[in-house]
Amino acid sequence: MTITYREALRMGLREALAADERVFLMGEDVGKYGGTYAVSKGLLEEFGAERVRDTPLSELGFVGAGVGAALGGMRPIVEVMTVNFSLLALDQVVNSAALLRHMSGGQVSVPLVIRTCSGAGRQLAAQHSHSFEAWYAHVPGIKVVAAASIDDARGMLGAALADPDPVVVFEYPALFEMKGELSGEKVDLSSAQVRRPGSRVTLVAYGASLPKAMQAAETLDAEVIDLRVLRPLDMATVLESVKKTRRAVVVDECWRSGGLAAEVMARIMEQGFYDLDAPVARVCTEEVPIPYARHLEEAALPHAAKIVAAAKGLFG
Amino acid sequence: MSGIALLTDMLRIRRLEEKSAELYGAGRIRGFLHLYIGEEAVAAGCMRALAPEDNVVATYREHGHALLRGVPMGAIMAEMYGRREGCSRGRGGSMHLFDASRRFYGGNAIVGGGLPLAVGLALSSSLKKEPRVTACFFGEGAVAEGAFHESMNLAQLWRLPVAFFCENNLYAMGTALARSESQTDLCVKAAAFGMATLKVDGMDVAATHEAARRARAQVLETGVPVFVEFQTYRFRAHSMFDPELYREKSEVEEWKKRGPIHNFSARLKAEGKLTEAQFLEIDAAVMREVDAAVAFAEAGTWEPVEDLARDVYTT
Repeated sequence: MTITYREALRMGLREALAADERVFLMGEDVGKYGGTYAVSKGLLEEFGAERVRDTPLSELGFVGAGVGAALGGMRPIVEVMTVNFSLLALDQVVNSAALLRHMSGGQVSVPLVIRTCSGAGRQLAAQHSHSFEAWYAHVPGIKVVAAASIDDARGMLGAALADPDPVVVFEYPALFEMKGELSGEKVDLSSAQVRRPGSRVTLVAYGASLPKAMQAAETLDAEVIDLRVLRPLDMATVLESVKKTRRAVVVDECWRSGGLAAEVMARIMEQGFYDLDAPVARVCTEEVPIPYARHLEEAALPHAAKIVAAAKGLFG
Repeated sequence: MSGIALLTDMLRIRRLEEKSAELYGAGRIRGFLHLYIGEEAVAAGCMRALAPEDNVVATYREHGHALLRGVPMGAIMAEMYGRREGCSRGRGGSMHLFDASRRFYGGNAIVGGGLPLAVGLALSSSLKKEPRVTACFFGEGAVAEGAFHESMNLAQLWRLPVAFFCENNLYAMGTALARSESQTDLCVKAAAFGMATLKVDGMDVAATHEAARRARAQVLETGVPVFVEFQTYRFRAHSMFDPELYREKSEVEEWKKRGPIHNFSARLKAEGKLTEAQFLEIDAAVMREVDAAVAFAEAGTWEPVEDLARDVYTT
């Protein structure tokens, strides 16, 4: 079955709400409006206002309420419209959701799922174009995943709900119109996936950078790895590929300094140094606020040509 | 509610904390230690008004709340020692006492951080149609946080069974209420959300108990939240690192005249419900409990370092 990424997200939500009465969705404009990106369209009519719950513009309040509802035995899906707005809720994610289990000596779990949209590329300017996956992936106690495929768009939510701990699921508006085949394969929250086999260089990417890496791979004999799970990282898959190709480029839409690419590169250095024939390279977002003007925005972000250039640079 | 029970509750908090301060001085307890001395009437009155099925969310000044919720004194003391036998396996310390079996969802050391959790716990019981009240304790300092306003709005908007118990001890660390709030009448703030409010003398345990009992009954019956302001006072410093430059000693002395234990025991005696001999007997029994708690903590063990990463994740 060929569907769009958006349809896959909606399918995942509908299946989750139908499967378990403890599951409910709350967030800004998820109900009557149908979701900012029309992802939850029709779900209010199907499941009612108690389970598809519009919230006020209170990110800290309703994300914290999600933590509390999870403590109380529910399985909340909290949608934070964009990762930019999620900063207003960061305290409850980091200081409550991530810490409660350890801080209580293992007495409670927080089975909370937070969905949020990340990334640039649609001329939404500096405050609506952020990528903060690395910030979330920094924090022990939560799991962080990024959906870059049709199967993950549909299945990561169900897998996250089945997990007893808090999971942050990143979704990518840049991919919402992407069409693809739904294989229906089981989705896990533990493995990176090889999306394209290759032999001369490994391109590591996730989220909206994945199609860019795939495009770049067409002109290279590159193996493309979709990280999928940003915490905990599946380095075994990355290292196995690097062992074969002996070169790697990490593509990451976060800013370069302290971004997720930095962590992946460091681990390749720690664990795969002697397999390398060249330093590991990275293509990240330039260290500027994302500008509005199209040509400037493009210049700020990773794209296929930059990835190709970085990969070719590894061959001296 | 028997006066003797309320008095005993307050004494248990007082003696536990006096001993904790002493042990802090001796280096047995480290980290932050926030004492509740002076405010005991609030926790004592409220906890006796709650039922076992209710949820409790507390702050970092929560030794008394944990104790009166039923957490054994030894488990609290062991937690402050950092022992494995502590109520949070030594992971939490003074500010993070937990007991899920008693629906005590912690000591939260982010001011205002417990309010959204309480809203969520109440949302959960509301969706599951469980007859349960979530009692949320917080200080008046929290009313300056966005979390307070967002939580009050959500609770009232969604008609959730939360009893918001605000312990107004007049100082957010060292900042007096009037120096931080344009509106110092906290009930007016709560009323702005359309919430029912009660203002209570937090130094009088009979009054706090009656107010908490009424608030709980009202929340349970109507399903909507109630805000109770307990006007109280902290006799000791904010924490163990506070030189108390922000208030006059005379002010502290004035409030001490309203000391909840002293005044309530005097009242019981005047009413012929308590003799000095009985008081001394109760106090001695409490001291024995404190001594046993210290012995329990002293005899406790350390979590093996190999278990450092235990409980970061469930699986």
